Amino acid sequence: MQKEIICISCPMGCRMSVTLDAGKVSQVTGATCKKGVDYAELECTNPMRIVTSTVPLSGSPLNTLPVKTQHAIPKDKIMDCVRSLKGITAKAPVAAGDIIVENVCGIGVNIVATRSSV
Amino acid sequence: MMKIDVAIIGGGPAGLAAAIGARRAGIQNVLILEREAYLGGILNQCIHNGFGLHTFKEELTGPEYAERYVLQIEEMGIPYMLNTMVLNITRDKKITAANSGGLLEIEAGAVILAMGCRERPRGALNIPGTRPVGVYTAGTAQKYVNLDGYMPGKEVVVLGSGDIGLIMARRLTFEGAKVRAVIELMPYSGGLKRNIVQCLDDYGIPLKLSHTVTEIKGAPRLAGVTVAQVDENRKPIPGTEEYIPCDTLLLSVGLIPENELSKSADVLLSDITGGAVVNERLETNVEGIFSCGNVLHVHDLVDFVSEESERAGENAAQYVRGEHLSNKDGGGVRLLATNGVRYTVPFTIDPRNVKDKVDVRFRVDNVYRDKYVSVYFGDEREQRRRRMILTPGEMETVVIKKEMFLKYPGVKTITVTIEE
Ligand SMILES: Cc1cc2nc3c(=O)[nH]c(=O)nc-3n(C[C@H](O)[C@H](O)[C@H](O)COP(=O)(O)OP(=O)(O)OC[C@H]3O[C@@H](n4cnc5c(N)ncnc54)[C@H](O)[C@@H]3O)c2cc1C
Ligand code: SF4
Repeated sequence: MQKEIICISCPMGCRMSVTLDAGKVSQVTGATCKKGVDYAELECTNPMRIVTSTVPLSGSPLNTLPVKTQHAIPKDKIMDCVRSLKGITAKAPVAAGDIIVENVCGIGVNIVATRSSV
Repeated sequence: MMKIDVAIIGGGPAGLAAAIGARRAGIQNVLILEREAYLGGILNQCIHNGFGLHTFKEELTGPEYAERYVLQIEEMGIPYMLNTMVLNITRDKKITAANSGGLLEIEAGAVILAMGCRERPRGALNIPGTRPVGVYTAGTAQKYVNLDGYMPGKEVVVLGSGDIGLIMARRLTFEGAKVRAVIELMPYSGGLKRNIVQCLDDYGIPLKLSHTVTEIKGAPRLAGVTVAQVDENRKPIPGTEEYIPCDTLLLSVGLIPENELSKSADVLLSDITGGAVVNERLETNVEGIFSCGNVLHVHDLVDFVSEESERAGENAAQYVRGEHLSNKDGGGVRLLATNGVRYTVPFTIDPRNVKDKVDVRFRVDNVYRDKYVSVYFGDEREQRRRRMILTPGEMETVVIKKEMFLKYPGVKTITVTIEE
């Protein structure tokens, strides 16, 4: 089977052709770098996304703290992940990279801050 | 009167990279003026990831990308003033700014314009109907949700499929809103493909191409919009109307470079980009005033903003040191954009200033598949490159090399064009 997909791993957005044989990726063309090939394999078998959101921040001139999943998580876990952030408030001071939620939804990935605040 | 060698207006990614470029090129007396309470510009509200792969070889969110540059600014000890709004710039490079300390007068050796862009407001659209609460530009909604921490509404229609609209469709979905549809007038989206995949397809949000909003209903709060299909002349087709109830309408219909200040300094602006007409040094028609980032032309990749702006900083440094060829003697070769190429940046190139190459950025006016992008020196075709796809949403580049100029001495024009 032939599948046309777009690499979303970076803003270049390379267009790739993926050949699938019995549910396994046998060939990828059109990728500029290895990341694209990896993405094509994942996207056609086990799609993953980095999720970004915000949580309220207390004790800071900023109202919100932007956060992300430290690594990509399975696409079908995205909504569980964002829902589990409801009710969480971060406290300043905080540095980009600090863990805000450990092991979110039990999927083995942490939620980390993406901005620093005094 | 304060004396500054290189003054930078705006502390977004463009301003930060320009300051770093000027300092690296040996200018100590650099100052960034920023009206917000923090550096980083629009990136602070762009909390999604997808920034910086080309510069840092990793995928960062907007605030993370900004923080990398802010750290460099701190490490290099480059001065900046926050909460400081620049009010006026004259063509002899006198800057008036205001902050809580009062009015500030600055005499600059060189000025770098890095004010970014703003969104096209609703007024520019002319949709009939009421003027209810609940109609926002997508960027304003982005600021409400991501910086202020509150939701504009629960049932959302997005008009325009620009990147900010696409990103906000996903963002509002995360925060519990129902995004009914994204409505696009053109038969294609102006947004990046990856945003269509990642922000709409992933969540089953319909993208209605060749559609528009024909009426806005409700008062005082928005109650719904009527959408209709449009014909090839972008006129609504009678009988295709559909009413979509919603309490929020986001407009994502394009960005305009923020050039009010540039006008006060007599900087010549392009009708097509809305930004300054610059030469290969990113210098405007006013000597010593440079422009970079979204105030020059709207970028989709911040990596290119940083790269371009660092060069603007280096060039401003050269200007201050007097190592600079004047653009007054007309040494510039004109760049022409034809047959589907909407514009090029820069607009002119002085071959004497080209060290090894110039990256010429351009945008196309439509979606083109399997075409060639060609570069002509005068009437001679110098370059012809096959492109599987060209879309208006993605900035393109052709590289003009020094040796090309050596091949065509006395050339007056360079044409960038799309061919079969
Ligand atoms: C919603 C959105 C999503 C994006 N997504 C991506 C992405 O996924 N990946 C990517 O690579 N790029 C993305 N971009 C593009 C990138 O963020 C921009 O190209 C970049 O931020 C432009 O930088 P800039 O410095 O030119 O403008 P800005 O970031 O807008 O900075 C301009 C600064 O100038 C200041 N200023 C303006 N006027 C004055 C004045 N009179 N006095 C003092 N200060 C002033 C402003 O306050 C602001 O801080 C996105 C952009 C937007 C808007
Ligand atoms: S293949 Fe590589 S360069 Fe192309 S979009 Fe993917 S990550 Fe970016």
